[in-house]
Amino acid sequence: MPLTQADLDAVLLTIELASLTTLLLLLIGTPIAWWLARTGSWLKKPLGAIVALPLVLPPTVIGFYLLVSMGPHGFIGQLTQSLGLGTLTFTFTGLVIGSVFYSLPFVVQPLQNAFESIGRAPLEAAATLRANPWDAFFSVVLPLAKPGFMTAAILGFAHTVGEFGVVLMIGGNIPGKTQVASVQIYNHVETLEYAQAHWLAGGMVVFSFLVLLALYSGRRTRQAWQ
Amino acid sequence: MTERTPRTFLALFAGLAFSASALAEEVQVAVAANFTAPLQAIAREFEKDTGHSVVASFGATGQLYAQIQHGAPFELFLSADDSTPAKLESAGLGLAGSRFTYAIGSLVLWSAKADYLDGSDAVLKQGQFKHLAIANPKAAPYGLAATQVLDKLGLRAVLQSKLVEGQSITQALQFVSTGNAELGFVALSQVYKDGQLSSGSAWIVPAELYEPIRQDAVLLNKGEHNPAASALVEYLQGPRAAAIIKSYGYKL
Repeated sequence: MPLTQADLDAVLLTIELASLTTLLLLLIGTPIAWWLARTGSWLKKPLGAIVALPLVLPPTVIGFYLLVSMGPHGFIGQLTQSLGLGTLTFTFTGLVIGSVFYSLPFVVQPLQNAFESIGRAPLEAAATLRANPWDAFFSVVLPLAKPGFMTAAILGFAHTVGEFGVVLMIGGNIPGKTQVASVQIYNHVETLEYAQAHWLAGGMVVFSFLVLLALYSGRRTRQAWQ
Repeated sequence: MTERTPRTFLALFAGLAFSASALAEEVQVAVAANFTAPLQAIAREFEKDTGHSVVASFGATGQLYAQIQHGAPFELFLSADDSTPAKLESAGLGLAGSRFTYAIGSLVLWSAKADYLDGSDAVLKQGQFKHLAIANPKAAPYGLAATQVLDKLGLRAVLQSKLVEGQSITQALQFVSTGNAELGFVALSQVYKDGQLSSGSAWIVPAELYEPIRQDAVLLNKGEHNPAASALVEYLQGPRAAAIIKSYGYKL
């Protein structure tokens, strides 16, 4: 068996982390993207810039601030401690929070683009048919923005799978809890277990290729439909 | 004339810069993370005394070893153990006969909180904490020493679920100093200066609880003909470096 039990655990944990993060990001990212797409507020640009920050910040910066702020003296740490949750560093929950920050723009931006390209006309038409805003959102916007949701989910998932710096800073390399595949590859390389590193790293390459292939094929089919 | 003056100055500057670089060489050193602070102090003195300059990269011993194997431009390697330099020498990457022990490391159990540890292993044995930080035992000799201590004390199984690993001893220290782990095994040199603990509280682990951390250096092939590299090798074994090394809690 080329992969050890620890490697398999790391892969499963990575899938678990990426799935949960993607789900949360779709829930959080949809209202943010909707607001960004529709608003004329002066806050649009600063907020858009904040959402995009993880695109340009090194993951170590995000990891460092998370390590400090989730620690017992940081503001997130103080909050979680007062809620009786303890601190979130070195926990799976902590990784989920870190990943949500880290992958936020990869979900919000495709959604925002999708919402913007729908425009106001379909919603106004829905309103004239007496659909209330919620009804209009679920029966008009969601189906029209479906490709955007697909792109957002795929990118959010894939980007979380590729996360390394943040996990390294706040994870603590705990098997089954914070030892994800990218960290496990680093461990193998660091300890000269190149054969095992190759299996995991090669798997990542294949996975990433398939994700991008799915993304691009999806796009082409959509174009064909239109 | 007006055009010539700046050119003359330029030529003069270029000449000065060239002559300076001809005299003073640069040495690239790979340094085990635990030796970060002492090496920085030694490098300052060395640069003052010899005019050479030191470019240091710090990391876990295993990580630096992997980098050297793959052609990293280091000329001298200060390891956190004695087996890695030996491996480099037998692999033909280090110069035969150039190995020497530059320091013997001490392991310490440290907490950022002032009254947390009382100079004994009591807190460790009680186990009333959430996280105990160590360096990755597979990549960092101080991490390996920490697991030896836990084994000797019969605490490994009990504390396994509380262990958090840093990729190097520096990251282990970072976990403890930010308070994310209440305590952790780090190198004495990281929390010790001028003969005393610089902050927090500690238990200096008795030497019989772990294999001696004999830290060897090896001159790498790339540094063979660099006078700055051999000067640093000599300097590290001299009295001024010895004083600095001891002040950080290492034995010699």
